[in-house]
Amino acid sequence: MATISLGVFDWLVIASYFVFVLGIGYYLKRYTKSENDFFLAGRKNSAWVAGLAFLSANLGALELLGMTGNTFKYGMYVAHFYWIGAIPAMLFLGIYMMPFYYSSKIKSIPGYLKLRFGEKTRVLNGIAFAIMTLLVSGINLYAMALVLRTFLGWDWDVSMWVSALTVAVYVTMSGLMSAIFTEIIQFFLIWFGLFLVAILGIGEIGSITEIMNRLPESFNTLWSTSGDAARNGMEVTWPAIVLGLGFVLSFGYWTTDFLVVQRAFSARDLRAARMTPIIASFFKMAIPFIVILTGLTAIALSNDPGSGFSLLQDGGQVNYDSALPLLIARYYPTGLIGLGVTALLAGFMAGQAGNISAFNTVWTYDIYKSVINREASDSHLLWMGRVATLVGVLISIGTAYWAKSFPSIMDYMQAIFSWVNAPLFATMLLGMFVRWVTPNGAFWGLLAGMGSSFYMFLAVKFQWFEAKILTLSSVQSDMAVNFWRAWWAWLICFAVTILVSLVTKRQEEKDLVGLVKGLTEETLGREVPFLKRPEFFALLSLVALVILNILFW
Amino acid sequence: MASEVREMKSIWFLVGLVLLVMGGLVLLAGVVELFSPSERQTVLADTHPGIWWGAVMLAAGSLFYFKNRK
Repeated sequence: MATISLGVFDWLVIASYFVFVLGIGYYLKRYTKSENDFFLAGRKNSAWVAGLAFLSANLGALELLGMTGNTFKYGMYVAHFYWIGAIPAMLFLGIYMMPFYYSSKIKSIPGYLKLRFGEKTRVLNGIAFAIMTLLVSGINLYAMALVLRTFLGWDWDVSMWVSALTVAVYVTMSGLMSAIFTEIIQFFLIWFGLFLVAILGIGEIGSITEIMNRLPESFNTLWSTSGDAARNGMEVTWPAIVLGLGFVLSFGYWTTDFLVVQRAFSARDLRAARMTPIIASFFKMAIPFIVILTGLTAIALSNDPGSGFSLLQDGGQVNYDSALPLLIARYYPTGLIGLGVTALLAGFMAGQAGNISAFNTVWTYDIYKSVINREASDSHLLWMGRVATLVGVLISIGTAYWAKSFPSIMDYMQAIFSWVNAPLFATMLLGMFVRWVTPNGAFWGLLAGMGSSFYMFLAVKFQWFEAKILTLSSVQSDMAVNFWRAWWAWLICFAVTILVSLVTKRQEEKDLVGLVKGLTEETLGREVPFLKRPEFFALLSLVALVILNILFW
Repeated sequence: MASEVREMKSIWFLVGLVLLVMGGLVLLAGVVELFSPSERQTVLADTHPGIWWGAVMLAAGSLFYFKNRK
């Protein structure tokens, strides 16, 4: 494929984005005076600001390209990542977990582990999270440079360094505040920049029904073919979707990944913090109308020889990630091409900024202050946060070059989450809801969960044993293996934590007040009418989720 | 966010500004394309998506910008 050439208006749109994000970083610097401003955006955000940032921190371009490509590969089943694989977990976070997080005034998720289980569990999770964040950040950077080179012919090094340094400049100036501002701008750019692809796709084919009619049953349903792995595009059965994706991976990511939860910590009060993931859940439910619809349109067009549409081939392999850029090139004239490229750039850069702002907080509080310099002053921590931002960006660039020399590392993204987040969810769940779980139980359970997940990954990769031992099925995709590995890692962490807790010393109940259900006073706005409570909005979200699943059953 | 810090502009104002500038550029590009079509022909080009989508962005941008100016 020849690269897409940009016109003057396209360049002007892209240039205006860079001017805006750098200008916002500079503008906000004057309001970033304390470490609280830098790491928690001053804890002044409304639920809407925190909610959109919460969603956008997860909505990177890697996800947009990857999920559109996955839809081409697996069909409608990819919508499970957005619906059952996100919404219940987001609502659980808002209703049940946020009161413990927000009320304990922690600055990070490892900070909660320190209060509940002590220093060693905090440091273990802090280090694992910092490594994971930098790996994901580097892979994100690598993917961006790859997309820009493949479709626009831009120089690999220049596009990577320019965008990484732009992120470094604005996050160093004003920390989480500028990250959140640019994430919200990214949210609007993604909708205005990419939703038009879906609209024009429907316009070309005729209607959503017509798109669905052009697909095989294994690709256009959500649940009706999930009883038999051989009958659906993802080669997965409903227990893997419910247990692996809907429960472990989803709850593990949305309730414990500091990258997203940090946005809720920036809310101005407990109600706003609880509403943060609930507001985000409505918008999360709408994302499939960009990515899934676009992916299904790409399948329908590629099945029609007269359309002239086909995905790129790399060395004989189909490049699924090319679906979205190819549709942008198909439909967008000058000006809109610039907007589409800006939406992808904004997604990549906001994803990068999200990872870096989470990394600088965890490094500063959970590793530096916790292990290296316990007496550090607030102004010193602010300085350290800025240094960590710059160093984090440089390490990300290094990781991106490493990813460039090992292209298959892209496949490891889901695996990385199952190593760190899946077992951590068991630790958090037990920590918040079971008072007799001990610090030693949590530490050894988390270590066993993370270690076993990593071992299962290596074992399947190097064929030490067959994947069917994990999936309990002779038919399975890589995605199904990811779901099942996450489930087993969670279960191992859960079981080891309980077993070790039964034989080790428990904490005194007075030390757990405010951290564990049953020992925490529950004054969650009972005086507010039900129609204004987070519980009501969560119920609305749940009803919408059920309706969507029935509609596309 | 901005409402509690007197001097700081609201994020919604900045969102409006971004949509106004980018929507304006997309609309302008669409108008130029209408009178002087480029060689690269896109599918559904006859619907002039740059013009109406640019207008939608301008309308949304105006809403955010003028509602959050102060």
